[in-house]
Amino acid sequence: MAENYLDERGRIFDIQRYSIHDGSGIRTIVFLKGCVLRCKWCCNPESQEYKIQTMTVQGKPKVIGQDVTVREVLETVERDRTYYRRSNGGMTLSGGESLCQPAFCEALLRGAKERGLTTAMESMACADWKVIERILPYLDTYLMDIKHTDPVKHEKFTGRRNELMLENAKKVAASGMTELVIRVPVIPTFNCTKEEIESIARFSAALPGVKKMHLLPYHRLGQDKYEGLGRQYELKDIVPPDNATMEALADAARRVSGLDVQIGG
Amino acid sequence: MAKFYAEAIKKSDRIDRLKENLFRKMPEIESARARLLTESYRQTENEPTIIRRAKAFQHILRNIPIIIRDEELVVGSTTIAPRGCQTYPEFSYEWLEAEFDTVATRTADPFYISEEAKKEIAEADKYWKGKTTSELATSYMAPETLVAMKHNMFTPGNYFYNGVGHVTVHYDWVLAVGFSGIAEKAKKALEACKVSDADYARRSRFLQAVIISCEAAVAYAKRYAVLARDMAQKEGNAARRAELQRIADNCERVPEYGAQNFWEACQSFWFVQQLLQIESSGHSISPGRFDQYMYPYYKKDLDAGKITREFAQELIDCIWIKLNDLNKCRDAASAEGFAGYSLFQNLIVGGQNAEGLDVTNDLSYMCLTASMHVMLPQPSLSIRVWNGSPHELLIHAAEVTRTGVGLPAYYNDEVIIPSLMSRGLTLQDAREYNIIGCVEPQKAGKTEGWHDAAFFNMCRPLELVFSDGMDKGEQVGPHTGDVTQFKTFEEFYDAYKAQMEYSISLLVNADNAIDAAHAERCPLPFLSSMIEDCIGRGKTVQEGGAVYNFTGPQGFGIANMADSLYAIKTLVYDEKKVTMEEYRKALAENYGKGLPASEVEFLLGEVVKNLHAAGKPVNEAEVASAARALMTPTNKYDKLLEMIDAVPKFGNDIEEVDAFARDVAYTYTRPLEKYRNPRGGQYQAGLYPVSANVPLGAQTGATPDGRLAGKPVADGVSPSAGKDTHGPTATANSVSRLDHFIASNGTLFNQKFHPSALSGRKGLENFVALIRSYFDQKGSHMQFNVVSRETLLDAQKHPENYKHLVVRVAGYSALFTTLSRSLQDDIINRTEQQGM
Repeated sequence: MAENYLDERGRIFDIQRYSIHDGSGIRTIVFLKGCVLRCKWCCNPESQEYKIQTMTVQGKPKVIGQDVTVREVLETVERDRTYYRRSNGGMTLSGGESLCQPAFCEALLRGAKERGLTTAMESMACADWKVIERILPYLDTYLMDIKHTDPVKHEKFTGRRNELMLENAKKVAASGMTELVIRVPVIPTFNCTKEEIESIARFSAALPGVKKMHLLPYHRLGQDKYEGLGRQYELKDIVPPDNATMEALADAARRVSGLDVQIGG
Repeated sequence: MAKFYAEAIKKSDRIDRLKENLFRKMPEIESARARLLTESYRQTENEPTIIRRAKAFQHILRNIPIIIRDEELVVGSTTIAPRGCQTYPEFSYEWLEAEFDTVATRTADPFYISEEAKKEIAEADKYWKGKTTSELATSYMAPETLVAMKHNMFTPGNYFYNGVGHVTVHYDWVLAVGFSGIAEKAKKALEACKVSDADYARRSRFLQAVIISCEAAVAYAKRYAVLARDMAQKEGNAARRAELQRIADNCERVPEYGAQNFWEACQSFWFVQQLLQIESSGHSISPGRFDQYMYPYYKKDLDAGKITREFAQELIDCIWIKLNDLNKCRDAASAEGFAGYSLFQNLIVGGQNAEGLDVTNDLSYMCLTASMHVMLPQPSLSIRVWNGSPHELLIHAAEVTRTGVGLPAYYNDEVIIPSLMSRGLTLQDAREYNIIGCVEPQKAGKTEGWHDAAFFNMCRPLELVFSDGMDKGEQVGPHTGDVTQFKTFEEFYDAYKAQMEYSISLLVNADNAIDAAHAERCPLPFLSSMIEDCIGRGKTVQEGGAVYNFTGPQGFGIANMADSLYAIKTLVYDEKKVTMEEYRKALAENYGKGLPASEVEFLLGEVVKNLHAAGKPVNEAEVASAARALMTPTNKYDKLLEMIDAVPKFGNDIEEVDAFARDVAYTYTRPLEKYRNPRGGQYQAGLYPVSANVPLGAQTGATPDGRLAGKPVADGVSPSAGKDTHGPTATANSVSRLDHFIASNGTLFNQKFHPSALSGRKGLENFVALIRSYFDQKGSHMQFNVVSRETLLDAQKHPENYKHLVVRVAGYSALFTTLSRSLQDDIINRTEQQGM
């Protein structure tokens, strides 16, 4: 880690202000580059590789990925402080998987906390427990993705088995150091059935302290990016779940878990 | 117990039926007022103008046809046809005659007019030749002002062709003592006049005119009492019969005397609101703080168990319907600038009292609910926001916003109060402000604000910098030198300021000429009876009778000018990537994207003229090919456009650019405030466009920010459409860096949201937080369109399915399908903010 944590460098591919669907209030999301999974439905395929890439956007080449210091990121985050104050908002880390850049991730969260901002992180918890343990003191809300309870199916669609993530979920919950919210991307052909969602809901309800679960319906907004990266989009033929399906899944999840289940973030 | 009753009250079925009736037909122009006005004027030829005005008002009110519409609870209609309008030839009439045959088919705000009405209006108009305010105003203007107006440097069209309006009267006086009480006051003042007083002639005639006007209003109400009683007798339905009898009793009592209960107060309010718009054609007759002056009547009835909340809500909803029953026909060009049949009757809820305490009450909530029930553009509902505003009031307001109706507009007490004090209002008066028209703050009952005095297009003076003051072959601005010879950006900027200052001085000349013409030809005794201190001073508001007097012309195009000047500074002077000569050529050739036909026509005319003068033959084929060359798009300036595109733009939370924009706004706001009007008041700038950014953009050549000729200029203080790319917080941060205090006539900041950004309680909370945060940073006003792009596009395709789709235009809302195509496009193209 850099001598002063504010000088810690990391790689991001976007900063989005006025995010209102990822954590409390009005937030700024910092997207870290690099991921351990390769989910077939990923709507940010440009996030997966750590290396800096060129993606074609609306016919023009765009460089994806930028190395920045924590200080620089926080300068942008600070710009919306007034909005955080009025809405109990703050900074959210997303990706990619932020935990792939552990020192940077920790320094960002610590910097935000020390400035009095609330922090949240969207993550699959796919990292060594030691890494997660270090960031928990600086994290108010952990928006943890649990995509499936079946390791084999998980591997088929994301490239990795899920035992480590489920184990980490239990440890995060047991620590009691952060508000843990479970998020489930609902993907037809992968987990869009009552049984599969119920299974995740049961697992989540068993985690101490977990009260909320978000079902995030699959959308195709990322599809063009695959082309822009010269990649094939494998899920071309699947259709986003309609409202009725989502409502039915949410009901099912509520019934088995008693959790506060909402559709969307 | 909660301080307020904040729960929304259910809508009565009556409201939907009233609304349906209102929209059954296309709006219609009626002729009664023009005929009656002229009859009266012919009979009062040698009397003082003020007496003639009062007698004409009386003659109209005695004879204009009246109607009580089905199921109405509050009555008083200016036309027999719903949403109809009368005409006002004393201000101007030529435009209507010229448009008799097109007014029903034009794109913006069409009106039906019968052959008979045409004949009657044309007959009345004969009398008015040479007698209108607009003709007198023209004769008062300096020649150079007329030249500048011809070249669209600014347009004072509103008051040039119409009454002034833009006022909030002492509704509370009429509610408390009635017009008999006001007439009594005038009579006492008249008795106190000594025949030897220096101003006896003017004062005594004015007071007489007030008395005649008050009596006329009372007599008009009594006509409704008779009609209602008559209808009650014939009515078969017992419930409706009882309503009609009650309406008759109400009209018998108010507005002659003070209101004894809430229903009477509603009726009394309505007569004031309606009759002000019969006396003059001025729009933006703004009810102001309705929730405050109506509250005592509501509270008394509620406490005494004489009224239910549901019925009070129904009465308020009925008033909302009535506010949409009034209408105004403007000339085709103005109709584009004020598109959407808008009357801008601004009604505001919440805020502080004179002592600085929050005075939100039940009615504040009920007014918001009424807009949700009625879902129509009128009233232009506004809400005052300050640190002490109840959170639930704002949440309820956000719920209204979420319906997509474009209401309410949000105003910041923390900016507006000190801003008004800087213009001489007392702290107590400033705390009681309300909004007029679109966004203009004033103290009700004490102000003649002339709030909407002109549109000033800030882009046009920049065009003159590039042509040394020439426009289409005529010297319109001062000689500021050859633009290619300026050595520094400061020299260039100084030239712009010089062009601005000159045009502003002409704008002042135009407005003061019009002001004088209104005082001379159309003083308004009825209006003046409800404004302090007209009776005390013995003169009308037009002659300086009000306590506070202002003239507020609005500038627009700030974002275009900030981006333009910043691009020039960056590309020509700092980075030296482009020469001024290249820039000048690119602008003259509209960046190679083809010149508008009008420009081509002018240029070819010049060429032909020069050839003739030089004695050379004119070859038709050559001229045609030259025309093609001018109109055919090329790519030769695309590189320049790309460079311009890369220069940072206003609206992206970049301090340097925003500070620059703040300074550019001063080129308008600062010169203006040193001028004075004939009523003894000061000029103050507003920064808002109504909807004129579209039609006036059509008269503006290419600008150095990359905007092509003829395209709309930026609306209000908002960034140029699509140039703000960092979301609403970044945009709001930028806009808040303008000086909103000096623009004391109001600023206008449009935001467009996708409905998903406001979904659920959380969406409402975040939305309110966004407004609060902009206001924390000292922004003055914010308004929203919450409607998806897809909906608007679909509405363009299938207007028949969207007859009632209301959208926010500028400082007001309008029915989307009544707007011109270009204005619809402008709204669709505004940057849409969507929570990520």
